[in-house]
Amino acid sequence: MTCKSTSINVHNLHKSFHSRSGPISALTDITFNVKKGEFFVIVGPSGCGKTTLLRILAGLEEASGGQVVVSGAQQGRPANSMVFQEQSVFPWMTVRDNVAYGLRLRGIPKKERYETAETYIRMIGLSKFADAYPHQLSGGMKQRVSVARAFANDPEILLMDEPFGALDEQNRIILQQELIKIWEETRKTAVFITHSIDEAICLGDRVMIMTAHPGTIHCITEIDLPRPRDITAIRTNHRYNEIFVDIWGNLREEVLKSKQQELGTNN
Amino acid sequence: MAKSLHSNVVTNTLSVLSPLSLLLVWEACARVGFVDTRLLSSPTQIFQSLLPLLGSGELLYNTLVSMQRVLLGFVAGAVPGILLGMSMGISPLVRSAVEPMIQATYPIPKLAIMPLILLIFGLGETSKVFTIGIGVFYLVVINTMAGVLHIEKIYMDVAKNFGASRLDFYLTVAFPGALPMIFTGLKLGMGMALILVVAAEMSAAKAGVGWMIWRAYDMFAIEQMFVALIVLSVLGYVFSIFLDILERWVVPWKQRA
Repeated sequence: MTCKSTSINVHNLHKSFHSRSGPISALTDITFNVKKGEFFVIVGPSGCGKTTLLRILAGLEEASGGQVVVSGAQQGRPANSMVFQEQSVFPWMTVRDNVAYGLRLRGIPKKERYETAETYIRMIGLSKFADAYPHQLSGGMKQRVSVARAFANDPEILLMDEPFGALDEQNRIILQQELIKIWEETRKTAVFITHSIDEAICLGDRVMIMTAHPGTIHCITEIDLPRPRDITAIRTNHRYNEIFVDIWGNLREEVLKSKQQELGTNN
Repeated sequence: MAKSLHSNVVTNTLSVLSPLSLLLVWEACARVGFVDTRLLSSPTQIFQSLLPLLGSGELLYNTLVSMQRVLLGFVAGAVPGILLGMSMGISPLVRSAVEPMIQATYPIPKLAIMPLILLIFGLGETSKVFTIGIGVFYLVVINTMAGVLHIEKIYMDVAKNFGASRLDFYLTVAFPGALPMIFTGLKLGMGMALILVVAAEMSAAKAGVGWMIWRAYDMFAIEQMFVALIVLSVLGYVFSIFLDILERWVVPWKQRA
């Protein structure tokens, strides 16, 4: 199944949860693969199981059926690191210790892991705050730390679950630009979840659109915009607009369907 | 800015003036005969009996005896309390095995088992340290467990995703995450330790601040009783400041008002 150029192979994945009224299917018939070094974005209406899918890839949850092959750890590097949607930096560690966390667990000596952490702290522009605790930081700064923590761990695959979802728009644009810059330097395989079409086009190589509950794949769209990308300039590109309209055309019916489901369950 | 500075001066002055004026009113009432000085004494009388107690070293000796009991009992209760509380918080197995026993015995007032402790350990130091230790233990174990259980699940996900071993999880998530609640337990435990040391010294002791109070009762030396109460107030204050400083040092990341 796995070949050298793919990083993630998902085949016929199913996931169901148990509830009082019997099993509820969250994900059905999910088949896709992510190429090595690709920035893969997943977009879908809320409640379509995007987060569940990512948590399965991260090994935090188990699939109910089907095959998930994630290329494993190589040469002492960890398989994957996740950037979570909600506030997830440890309040009891300084910025430096948070960023160095993965390296610490891998037994890398203090001096070395702090050097690595320093590099990423500089990349996210928080050098002045290396010794600060998270409660002294703004929401955007905390999310930067979370991104740096994942990158510093040097994993095979980066998994990001709406990392900028809770930020205001101005902060979000700045963090997207920073993420593109760091990613284009490292070219790690990345799976990124978002509900923003704009974010999907700006960041991704390919965008997978999911259907409303139960989640399944609607289609996968290629984002043929040149790299390196500039988050401001890209919006004036006519391809950007074409892709936006195309994705929204596909997504619209799914969003409407999920709205109807919500109304249906509420009545 | 100017206004807040002004109100700061006012509040600070008020906090000093208000207890001072209470003392003055007390003294005045005692002089005029509004209060019975045989029962309530007066600030000057108390101060007068404080000096010889200080000079003879008796007060210091009894204070140190009580302090030693409090500290030994505190450590004897807090250390196993933290260890067991951590294990109960982390392992559902340990929790379901131990929690019923804790819950069943927690409501028993610790003073109620003192006679039993005296029978088992005799009249020596051990029985006092043990009584205090038991009281501290319950408060620390319950708060430590709650501290671990209240750590947000997201931090466990992070630890798991970054490949934390069981020991890593203990050291980098469970313990630091539970520390604020552990300190809540320690502070409550310190208050409990002061209650218990006095009670233990009143019933079976030959020294200590509690013993001083009981002896003052026997001799009807009301002033000495008040001196002992002042010592207890100072001890409680010093211990709480010590714990605050320790907390600032161990939990520097906690947001403080």
